[in-house]
Order: sequence, then C-alpha cells, then structure tokens
Amino acid sequence: MSDPRTDTAVISLRAAALSYGERVLWRDLDLDVRPGEFLAVLGPNGSGKTSLVRALLGGRQLSAGTLTVLGRPPRGGSRHIGYVPQQGTLSAHAMLRARDLVRFGIDGHGFGPRLRTSAVRRRVDEILASVGAAAYADVPVGLLSGGERQRVRIGQALATDPRILLCDEPLLSLDLHHQRAVTELVDARRRSHGTAVVFVTHEINPVLGLVDRVLYLARGGFRVGAPDEVLTSEALSQLYGTPVDVIRVRDRITVVGVPDEVAQPPHHPELPHGVRP
Amino acid sequence: MTIADGIWQQIFNFDNYGELLALVRNSLIAGVALGLVGGLVGVFVIMRDLPFAVHGISELSFAGASAALLLGVNIVAGSIVGSLIAAGAIGLLGTRARDRNSVIGIIMPFGLGLGVLFLALYKGRAANKFGLLTGQIVAVDTPQMSWLLGTSAVVLVALAVMWRPLAFASADPDVAEARGVPVRGLSFAFMIVLGLAVALSVQIVGALLVLTLVVTPAAAAARITASPVLLPTLSVVFAVASIEGGILLALGSSVPISPYVTTISFTIYLVCRLVGRSRARRWGAARAAPV
Repeated sequence: MSDPRTDTAVISLRAAALSYGERVLWRDLDLDVRPGEFLAVLGPNGSGKTSLVRALLGGRQLSAGTLTVLGRPPRGGSRHIGYVPQQGTLSAHAMLRARDLVRFGIDGHGFGPRLRTSAVRRRVDEILASVGAAAYADVPVGLLSGGERQRVRIGQALATDPRILLCDEPLLSLDLHHQRAVTELVDARRRSHGTAVVFVTHEINPVLGLVDRVLYLARGGFRVGAPDEVLTSEALSQLYGTPVDVIRVRDRITVVGVPDEVAQPPHHPELPHGVRP
Repeated sequence: MTIADGIWQQIFNFDNYGELLALVRNSLIAGVALGLVGGLVGVFVIMRDLPFAVHGISELSFAGASAALLLGVNIVAGSIVGSLIAAGAIGLLGTRARDRNSVIGIIMPFGLGLGVLFLALYKGRAANKFGLLTGQIVAVDTPQMSWLLGTSAVVLVALAVMWRPLAFASADPDVAEARGVPVRGLSFAFMIVLGLAVALSVQIVGALLVLTLVVTPAAAAARITASPVLLPTLSVVFAVASIEGGILLALGSSVPISPYVTTISFTIYLVCRLVGRSRARRWGAARAAPV
C-alpha cells in the first residue's frame, strides 16, 4: 500500500445531522471510515440508515455538519464508490442479462455509442468470474434467484474498482447459505483491495465475525464502536432510553425489548426513505 | 356469390396489384422509417412500463391532427404538436408511476373529445376523418413524407445519443443515479422522443392502434431474448414486417390498413410467446433455482 492517502479516512463526518422537517434522524455524528474497514450500520426501520447511504452518494444534503468522501464533498457519479442498492430497485420490466447489469456499472453512464467494447467485455467476464456468477452470465436477471442477483449486484458495484463499497440491506430475503456467500465476497474484497465497506443491515449476525465497527442508529441518536462495545444491554438501553436486553447465545446476538421494533407499523413504500407516519 | 365471398373480396383482393403498388410507394418508404422508430422506441416503452402513456399520447396526437385537418394546415405537424403537449404534460406531472397513470387517464379522454369536436366541425372528405383513427395508406403525400422522414431522423439520432444511459436509468434507476446518470432529465427527454414517435405512427395505423407498432414488436422480442443488441434488432424487424405486410395486404381491399398491421403484429407476438415459453423451460431445467 504505497498510496499515502490510504491511511487517512475515506469517509469523514463531523457534527453531522440529518432531519426530515421536525424529525431528527441523527445528529452530532462524528465518524471516520478508513480504507479496508468494515462498518456495519444497524438500527430499526426509519432510523436513517438508508438516508446515510444517500448522503454518502451525494443524493441528500446534511441538515448540519460536514461530510467528506475521498477528501471532498460527496457528489453523484463517482467511479470510486460502488453501490449495492436495496433489493427490488431493479425494474420488473428490465430486459437484461446478468452481464449487461455488470456492464452498466462500467460504462452505462456514458452518452453516445459504446467505444472500446472488447476490453470492457473482457473486464465484465473477469468480474462475473470473480463473484462466482460466470455460470449465469447470459441468464436474464428476471430469472435469477435472489442470491444470484446479489452476487451480480456486487460484481456491478465492484466493476470500477471503487475505494468505497456502500451496501444497503444486501442480505434481505437471502437464505443463510447466500448470506454467507455475499458477506464473504464483500469481506474478501476489502481485504484484497483495501476497499472501505459501509454495510447497512437490520440483522447483525451474518456479519458479526467480520465487522470492525458498528454504527447503531436509533431514536435520533447513535452509538459507534466495536461490536462488543455497542451491542451491549447497557449501551442500547441508553440509546433507546428504555431497558433493552442484548443476549448472546454462542456467537449469535439477539436484541430483546427494542420499543420501535414492537410498535413498528408496516413499511410504507410511498413515503421517503427513512420516514415513518 | 355468397355474402361470405363478398366480405372476403373486400378483405383480400389482388386485382390490378401492380398499378396499386405504385400508389403506395411513399407509404412503403414511410413504413420502413416508422418500423425503425416504433421498434426502437418500443424497447424503452416496455422497460419503463409506458404502454398506457403511448395510448394517452396518441389520443392527443389525434386531436392535434384533426385540428390541423379542420384548419387546413399540415396534418403531421398538427399531430406532432398534440403529441408533444401530451408527452410534456405526462413527463412533467407524472414522475411517479402511480401519478402518471392518473394523469394519462385524465388527459386521454379530453384529447379524444377535442378530436371528435374538430372532426365534427370539418366538412371535408369522410375518409380523411376515419383515417386519423384507424389508419390510411395512400394519404402520405410528398410534403407529409418530408415531415415523416425528418421527424424519424430526429428520433433516431436522439435515441442513438441517449440509448446507453437511458437503458441504465430505465432498468436500474437507483444505481444509475448513483453513477451520475441524469435520470429525471432522461425520463423527460424520452417522453418527448416518445411523443414524436407516436405522432409518426398515428399517420399510418391511426390513433387507436399506435400500440401495435410501439409496444407489440418490442414485447414480442422481449419474450425470446434479453440481449441488448438482438432485442432492439428483432423489435425493429417485427415492426417493419407488420407495417409493410399490412400495407401490402391492405392495398387491394376496401378496409383500412390497421386490421392487417395489428393481426400480423399480434401473430408475431403469439409465436414469440410460444418460443419464449419453451426457452424459459429449458433455462429452468438447466438451472437449479429458477424464480
């Protein structure tokens, strides 16, 4: 790692806050994410996890504080940020093969006819092989299983060799086997390339052995630190302002008594991300 | 002669075919341009789930064309103006799919009502009126032809420039936006291109049946391939085959062109569906976990 920048933070938040009108999602957030770090973002629905991802992508302004991504304010269209969106964002009418989706990650944003096609095609084949998706490269995405599609999604996000990988609930509705496959792909990548990983999830257990730090968002506040510091009854009770029990059974964690999770209304898709009625 | 024979004579009649063919030379050329435009635009109509918008735009295009007929000005220009107003309104007011459909549902009957009003006021040839709704083949004269070909060229150039980011934004809007694709701008730009394509199609197949050129060929192609090259190619081939076949069959008959075009187009779709089903079964058999 000869690049001197690799030792400085790739994502830096200072006194950052995000709110929708009166409702504060989080505030006074100070956070540095370093190259190769695996940060899990946890919290109940509506705590601002997806909004954080949107802010990092330059799609949302902070309501206070500063955010720098790779040394500058975030803006859309950076090839240094790979993004795995929530499932279901792919159009149901998308007529694409797995390889076309990966290819969009490389040159989908350019206007005019494609240039350098053979080099790009080779690159797409490499990526598909690296995420174990070569066998279904030519299958229409609509026919892929959820786990297969997530592999292709990760290939798409890594297609430009990004320095940051943002994953928004990439494990949702995957079975254990595919959860493990996806987390292993992400983990291998940050170890081999020093890619910083911001991994939004409502379920910590699949990534518990891999994460360096946890950012837990709830009730307008947050806790950040190693999993052992944040995922304790004491820390979460303080965060939620009500007694919460964190139970460890072997290497699994269960959080009991989270008030939001109990009274959680069904998700309203027509509301902006992170807002509850 | 039985009644059935008489009807058959009206639908298929190939007497004096050679002389008739010369009359529709312009239409055959325009048909190729329309097939190209309809086949390519259709790919995005399917991907962006816009068939209802196509129908809505074509009704306002019809209103524009009938206003032009009444005023005695260029009909193609009139239908383009109507199309663009509808496409612009849908593009501006209906950014989300749910809003979009109600905006279209509101615009469409208004457009149709205006069109009926203009036609009722028009005192000219009845065939001209009917043609705007159900299509006509001998109506393409030379000034109209220049409009048709010029507008087709505009649509094709616009599509060539924005094809890649438009496909990205249509299939995968979240990631496209994160990669800096101007998703909203492209959405509006495509509505304008769609408006032009619909105005062109109205000239040949009529306002009621534009979907057969702008939706059916691409939907048929999508049943049998997901390749980004093969799909638009097949869509164009299907659209051109439908329209040219329709013109050639309609030539000797006394019925409008549209039933021929729609029947060919629909038949192609059915065949593609059958072929696609056996393909999907093979994918399913070869792979352990189909959805």
